[in-house]
Amino acid sequence: MSILLNKNSKVIVQGFTGSEGTFHAQQMIEYGTNVVGGVTPSKGGYKHLDRPVFNTVSDAVQETGADVSIIFVPPLFAADAIMEAADAHIKLIICITEGIPVRDMVLVKKYLNSRACTLIGPNCPGVITPDEAKVGIMPGFIFKKGRIGLISKSGTLTYEATDQIVKAGLGISTAVGIGGDPVIGTTTKEVLNLFLNDPDTDAVVMIGEIGGNMEIEAARWFKTGGIKKPIVGFIAGQTAPPGRRMGHAGAIIGGAEDTARVKMKIMSECGVSIVESPADIGKKIASLCKK
Amino acid sequence: MNLHEYQAKELLKKYNVAVQDGIAVEDVKSADDAYRHIKNKTNNPFVVIKAQIHAGGRGKGRFVGTDVPGVKVVKNIDEATRLAKDMLGNVLVTKQTGKDGKRVNKIFIAEDMYYKGISDIKEYYLSILLDRSTSQYVIVYSQQGGMDIEEVSANQPDKILKEYIDPTVGLQPFQIRRMAFALGLTSDAFKSFQKFVTNLYNAFIDIDCAMLEINPLFKTSDNKIVAVDCKMNIDDNALTRHPELLNLRDTNEEDPTEVEAGQYNLNYVKLEGNVGCMVNGAGLAMATMDMIKLSGGDPANFLDIGGGANAQTVEAGFKIILKDPHVRAILINIFGGIVRCDRVATGIIEAYKKLGNISVPIIVRLQGTNAEEAKKIIQDSGLKVTSAILLSEASQLVRQAIS
Repeated sequence: MSILLNKNSKVIVQGFTGSEGTFHAQQMIEYGTNVVGGVTPSKGGYKHLDRPVFNTVSDAVQETGADVSIIFVPPLFAADAIMEAADAHIKLIICITEGIPVRDMVLVKKYLNSRACTLIGPNCPGVITPDEAKVGIMPGFIFKKGRIGLISKSGTLTYEATDQIVKAGLGISTAVGIGGDPVIGTTTKEVLNLFLNDPDTDAVVMIGEIGGNMEIEAARWFKTGGIKKPIVGFIAGQTAPPGRRMGHAGAIIGGAEDTARVKMKIMSECGVSIVESPADIGKKIASLCKK
Repeated sequence: MNLHEYQAKELLKKYNVAVQDGIAVEDVKSADDAYRHIKNKTNNPFVVIKAQIHAGGRGKGRFVGTDVPGVKVVKNIDEATRLAKDMLGNVLVTKQTGKDGKRVNKIFIAEDMYYKGISDIKEYYLSILLDRSTSQYVIVYSQQGGMDIEEVSANQPDKILKEYIDPTVGLQPFQIRRMAFALGLTSDAFKSFQKFVTNLYNAFIDIDCAMLEINPLFKTSDNKIVAVDCKMNIDDNALTRHPELLNLRDTNEEDPTEVEAGQYNLNYVKLEGNVGCMVNGAGLAMATMDMIKLSGGDPANFLDIGGGANAQTVEAGFKIILKDPHVRAILINIFGGIVRCDRVATGIIEAYKKLGNISVPIIVRLQGTNAEEAKKIIQDSGLKVTSAILLSEASQLVRQAIS
């Protein structure tokens, strides 16, 4: 078991024939992900990377039985691509695209409410279940299979945490990059819930950042919930000035609960083991797992 | 992207949103003409002059070395001339500008809305923004207008009201009625408010605003609802579909180094500290800043050079960081995933040599694909660059460099 993704996942790539789509599809195939085809409107019928190209997601689903889609479509067309995937009954939609207008995502979020699918991202590195499937842009080789679940808003910080976890002698059950935009498909709390219910995940590393209150929501929910597993938390942006956007569209201190200090304090009160330095993530999770 | 009050009001007028109208000018002569024009139009010698900067608190702010506020009413042409002279080209300090203040290049000569009439005037508050926890737009409004809304929120949270908007159907008339009743509006003011909010919401959506704040939202003594002040922020991600709005950007309001970094496609935010940093990825960049602080330094900047991290981006990054005279050390922190560390190391050395005499110590931390090779390349280069693989090692090196 793992969450969201496993070796049976059948993956299509939206924006398959573009440069990003091609490069990362190739990488995913090399990792061993079961990429069954892709979608590029008006290129249906061709082959790309030795796999069929379809005009629409519904064609792709019908022909290949795909249940996961990864999206590499330019920002102004990405919302449409997400809704197309949802309409075609894709179960897990992972949107890598950065720079989607907020208004588009507000509509997408509402559209997905009544549909049985999970959106991860946008503006995220994707999801990986080591040794089974990588649906994202992360460097696969740094991930070793193990029993730590990883939730993160950012890309390279996810790799950093993974590297520390692996060097501490542990491994990853599944790593989920939920994305750094103000409106994202799946929240920290929702992913945490999946990990707490996953028998193959023993502990969780939760990496957040300034902006919004998702980490606080997850921590408060964890405190009142029934299932307890060790959680290590880190919030990036302790030194970020208020009101300034720090790279990610969502990384901005807007209100009193948005600061790293407040988030870490509340998370700690809710039973999350907080590390102040990003260099201590691996050490901390190792110490909790040895107890 | 932030807009000036006068720019935001011009946009709102296109959507038939009633605003306190005026004329933006850059010199004293034009200010005089504008005063006469507004006076004749309103048949009222009282005219308001408002400094145009991207910061709030103008009314309570003061121009450096004077007691001239950023917003003031004048009652004749002489006062208008004098005030325009006092404002234009001078520096205004407000609660939001920081101690250095902001230079005022434009002033807005506007109608006085506080004239006497059949009913009392009243100031309200209204803003439209994203509620991140519900992923919906929300209208935040209050009877307590014209003051700092954060203070109202802290001291009288029950005075802050909210109306959430279903994105598929948009703002509904019943919601606007509920708001109007809650504000205690009646008859003509009630009708004026309905029209105002309907048009304001349409403008917000159509322009792709990230935030639109009307404070004060004003009821005149003849029961009209108008926007006396307006703060508009446009979603940067949506600007590609509004090319006509791009020329509203005022780079005078931004840090010049940040503007330059933008030209290299680098994401840079200037800070006050002494350790510069260059990182790939926004989350890791913030984490690196935090680590600098924990190592006894203070981050001088946020700089995300993106996934690529080649010689050109590293060189541009060096140039940007070295413009800051407070920088005593530079930490480069790259997690090489798909981009290989040895290539990044070669890029760093190339950029370093090209720039010549960099006098501050440089710490390079490369982790990921081919990290060991990268460390060797840096060490063998003979340059004044120290190298690390683990984040904890980099932290130690920062501590040594600034002690």
